[in-house]
Amino acid sequence: MTEAALPAPVAAPAVDRERLAAIGFVLPSFVIIAGVFALPLVLLLGVSVVDANGLTFAHYKRLLGTPYYLGVIWNSLRLGLLTTLIAFLISYPAAFALARARGALRSVLLATLFLPLAASVIVKAFAWTILLRSDGIVNETLIALGIIEDPIRMIFTETALIVGAVNIFLPFMILPIYAIVAQLDPRYAEAAATLGASPVGTFFRVILPLTLPGIIAGVALVFSLSVSAYVVPTLLIGEKYPTLATTIAKAYLLAREPGFGAAAGVVLLAIAIAVVALSARLSREPK
Amino acid sequence: MMTRAAIIVCWVMAIALALFLIAPLLVIAAASFSPTPVFDLPLTGASTRWYGKISRLDGFWPSLLLSLQIALFSTAISLVCGTLAAIAIARGKLPGAGIFATALVSPLMMPGLVLGIALLQGFRAIGFTAPWATLLVAHLVITLPYVARTMIAGLARFDFTLIEAARTLGCTYPGGVLRVMVPALAPSFLIAGLFSFLASFDNYPVSIFLADVRTKTLPIRMLQYIEEAPDPTLAALSTLILAGTVILLVVSDRVVGLHRMAGTSD
Repeated sequence: MTEAALPAPVAAPAVDRERLAAIGFVLPSFVIIAGVFALPLVLLLGVSVVDANGLTFAHYKRLLGTPYYLGVIWNSLRLGLLTTLIAFLISYPAAFALARARGALRSVLLATLFLPLAASVIVKAFAWTILLRSDGIVNETLIALGIIEDPIRMIFTETALIVGAVNIFLPFMILPIYAIVAQLDPRYAEAAATLGASPVGTFFRVILPLTLPGIIAGVALVFSLSVSAYVVPTLLIGEKYPTLATTIAKAYLLAREPGFGAAAGVVLLAIAIAVVALSARLSREPK
Repeated sequence: MMTRAAIIVCWVMAIALALFLIAPLLVIAAASFSPTPVFDLPLTGASTRWYGKISRLDGFWPSLLLSLQIALFSTAISLVCGTLAAIAIARGKLPGAGIFATALVSPLMMPGLVLGIALLQGFRAIGFTAPWATLLVAHLVITLPYVARTMIAGLARFDFTLIEAARTLGCTYPGGVLRVMVPALAPSFLIAGLFSFLASFDNYPVSIFLADVRTKTLPIRMLQYIEEAPDPTLAALSTLILAGTVILLVVSDRVVGLHRMAGTSD
């Protein structure tokens, strides 16, 4: 009995001290995340279900029960879905070219990814308002090429919104895909070909599944960024395309309806959490 | 292997993507030299007068100063807290390290605007309403995830037994940390600092709910200028901010190499 109890007190202090040090190291970050992130979000949930008379679901009823606000939710989802789809269709093939590029070409291509990523969202959205004006470069180029005869109205249309959103969120799609494609061992594709797979078969049965983690990461990131974008819709389409994000801002900054704004915030948060949970689940699936 | 047609498609997409991404930045730079108050592109002449007008924008200097202060302080605090947390997570002595690592980076995936209103409610509830201080505390949540993500990735590649090796070779423990761990982690540290500074400096969705009439960050001012009266002065200001960003990127590329950033951004 004494023998069994002996080793523990000897080994315990060292382990305890290391564990204590580890806890001490994470404590400041824990305080920030718990106090300035998790706790306020819980409080927001509370604000969304109370009004002057106490507990109520009126804010959610208004949000989920009126056609106008269902349209607002759909606008947010539509912005997220279209941006994600277009960004993926451009990024996926481009990532393979980027992974094959060497030397100066690779540096130039990477710079075109990082520079916009580091540039201010407001600056880029402002640039698109200049580019897409009816006397802007895009219109004049299209006219010069004979594609259109008269300038078409682009700014404050859905086209402007999607072009701007794809432009701004594109780096978040291509970087995770590129990170995976760059590590892809070409021998897998060669082995598939040797074993008789057609190029199309190799793509769908070898390359696509192997690059799936990058796709999931990129899709989740771009969707959650674009579904909640605020600056882009504000500058590129404005009032006629209300989204959950613009509705939240309006409820707090203009209408002074914190309860309703909080409910809209909770819905947007629920969408973001669903995306994160889904992507975590998908990337954990066995291959 | 890939067929020829597929390879051509990949290259066309990559070049189109590069041009598409860089286009708005070039347009801003070109528009800032516009000789007329409208954005006359392609340029018919060149003028630098808009650059002179930047300092006369209403409330420009206080906003610039505020944004720089908030970005610098929040980045500095996050670098310390985030690096310590990343070390604890990487050493593997922390119970529930995986969950904690996820929690630390989770604000990156959450809508900024929702965080903004949540913080507004939270700060009001406890009577914490001084704009400068609320902005700083709020920006910690914006910058910490960038530091945590980059440092956790950087430390995952660091072999802690190297410190022991240095001690065996006669280094003291602090000496080992200073001469082995610090140089090995310096690139990650620099990238973490760079991206968290930019994330804070550019933030709009959180700041807008915490600012007041006298305390406005630069992005809030800029959006206001664009909505009120967009003229080439704003393009000039945007170009200067871009130029600052380019300098930061070039310096970090010289020090650590841009390709490292691609590796850590998963």
